[in-house]
Amino acid sequence: MRILYPFIAVLALVLIALVGANLPGGQALIGVVLPYVAFLIFLGGFVAKILGWAKSPVPFRIPTTCGQEKSLSWIPQNCIDNPSTRGGVVIRMILEIFLFRSLFRNTKTEIHDGPKLVYGSSKYLWLFGLLFHYCFLTIVIRHLRLFTTPVPFFVSVTEYLDGFFQVGLPVLYQTDIIFVLAITFLFLRRVIMPQVRYISLPADYFPLFLIMGIAITGILMRYFLRADIVSIKQLTMGLVTFSPSIKEGISSVFFIHLFLVCVLLAYFPFSKLMHLGGVFLSPTRNMTNNSRMVRHENPWNDPNIKPHSYAHYEDEFREFMVEAGLPVDKGLPPSADEDPAEK
Amino acid sequence: MYDGGKIITGLIIFIVFMTFPIWYNHGNAGNIPKPEKPQGVTQCVKDTAYMRSSHMVLINEWRDEVIRTGNRTKVTVQGKEYDKSLMLGCMKCHINKKKFCDECHLYTSVNPYCWDCHFLPKETI
Ligand code: HEC
Ligand code: HEC
Ligand code: HEC
Ligand code: HEM
Repeated sequence: MRILYPFIAVLALVLIALVGANLPGGQALIGVVLPYVAFLIFLGGFVAKILGWAKSPVPFRIPTTCGQEKSLSWIPQNCIDNPSTRGGVVIRMILEIFLFRSLFRNTKTEIHDGPKLVYGSSKYLWLFGLLFHYCFLTIVIRHLRLFTTPVPFFVSVTEYLDGFFQVGLPVLYQTDIIFVLAITFLFLRRVIMPQVRYISLPADYFPLFLIMGIAITGILMRYFLRADIVSIKQLTMGLVTFSPSIKEGISSVFFIHLFLVCVLLAYFPFSKLMHLGGVFLSPTRNMTNNSRMVRHENPWNDPNIKPHSYAHYEDEFREFMVEAGLPVDKGLPPSADEDPAEK
Repeated sequence: MYDGGKIITGLIIFIVFMTFPIWYNHGNAGNIPKPEKPQGVTQCVKDTAYMRSSHMVLINEWRDEVIRTGNRTKVTVQGKEYDKSLMLGCMKCHINKKKFCDECHLYTSVNPYCWDCHFLPKETI
């Protein structure tokens, strides 16, 4: 059910777009109104979400420490995995964002005869996750050709490199193939591995199916069903210059593609996909571990409550402690009425 | 807000990136390509809608037929025969590459590598 419902939801979206694109006025709705609305929801929702997160206080240092902390001068520190300086944090964040360093540490757990619990390294998630994200980025950069005139240099270069092997016409893009393979892996991982399947929710499957749907319709449009790219570019250029117009004869598959993208954009800020912004705000990655060098004060402290050290505490309760037979650092002062002769 | 300055800066960079197409074009949608119609003929090798979206599929079929199976049968359009070829087919009617093919290709950033080997029509040499 947790797999079936999101699948049906994406199928329903495809059907809605297919029917919509063939109704009078439906093309204007899907091609013009919806993209604007979805983009505004995306930007607005994204900003609101980030500001919401930014407002939560993070008074204390809670980085995940994955190496030796800064300590005595003769103990070598792991400057990246347990950074104590801003430079270390910057390197750590760059490695995290561009290379998914923490995924690289992914482990698998197995039970062997004995019974013996065994942990092993598992790099597949890291590899396919990285491929997936870089292909996505490449595809988005290539799509800029639909939204810019003249098309900037970096877009043409990306297109050239992506079609480097010059297979077929229209030229096959390597990223399209790798993208589909990677997302298939990410899906199968959730279905096949029992531990992962157990914790997977519809909110995990829905974005997978949605992105799969976008990729499949895009690939169909480029290699199989063909759409009139010149007319499509007139529409997309109209959108980004705020003078939209829709030409006749754009095939329905384009409207399905666009509709799914709009759903993705509008869904984005309210979903786990917000890790795009969240990764920058992860306090477990973006903080220096300087708890032993800098005093971090709790902002919720009531200023009327003064610090109460143990010495003070003992001063306050010494008599009772002695009476109860508890050990004290400092004995009771000899009192006046005590008779020295009794000793 | 902790690190508010950095977060707001990050957000602004994000918005600038996301709205790149809007400020890059600053309202200019560019010239809509108007490929020059060939003179003296009224029909293409297939219907115009198909040609507009799928001409590269057709050229690819031609290429495979000619080079892989040696099938060089000519195509007949309005009573005249044309080779299944870029130079001796398409370019017999669409004589001006710059004013025809390149019109669309520049607009959509398509850069066919065919002309690395195949001759261009005279006007561009
Ligand atoms: C109506 C506009 C238009 C005209 C005219 C046109 N093309 Fe194209 N052509 C396109 C578009 C758009 C694409 C890219 C399609 C895509 O990316 O899916 C393309 C792609 C191609 C490709 C595949 C290139 C690649 O790298 O994938 C070839 C080859 C090609 N055209 C050849 C020609 C030739 C030869 C002519 C002139 C006889 C011509 N085209 C005229 C619009 C046009
Ligand atoms: C017999 C001459 C002839 C040949 C050969 C020919 N074309 Fe055409 N082509 C035409 C004519 C005429 C038109 C305009 C049809 C119209 O206006 O409806 C046209 C239209 C087109 C269009 C659509 C342009 C537009 O404005 O939408 C494309 C793309 C195209 N041809 C590409 C090709 C390619 C690629 C080849 C080679 C495979 C080719 N043509 C071969 C005569 C020819
Ligand atoms: C590496 C050089 C090279 C490149 C690049 C190249 N071709 Fe060719 N092409 C040839 C050669 C050689 C022949 C064989 C000519 C013959 O036997 O008549 C040929 C033949 C063809 C033919 C059939 C016959 C003819 O005379 O035109 C077509 C159609 C064709 N090529 C299309 C293309 C297209 C479309 C592209 C670009 C996507 C392309 N070629 C890129 C070298 C090339
Ligand atoms: C989340 C964003 C998107 C993703 C992941 C995506 C994915 C894809 C993929 C994988 C393809 C196959 C061909 C290629 O790789 O270029 C494609 C093609 C295409 N997409 Fe998208 N797409 C997205 C957004 C959009 C948007 C916003 C539009 C336009 C409004 C669009 C219009 C097209 C068109 C016209 C094609 C066909 C290109 C061609 O024939 O060369 N896409 N898309």
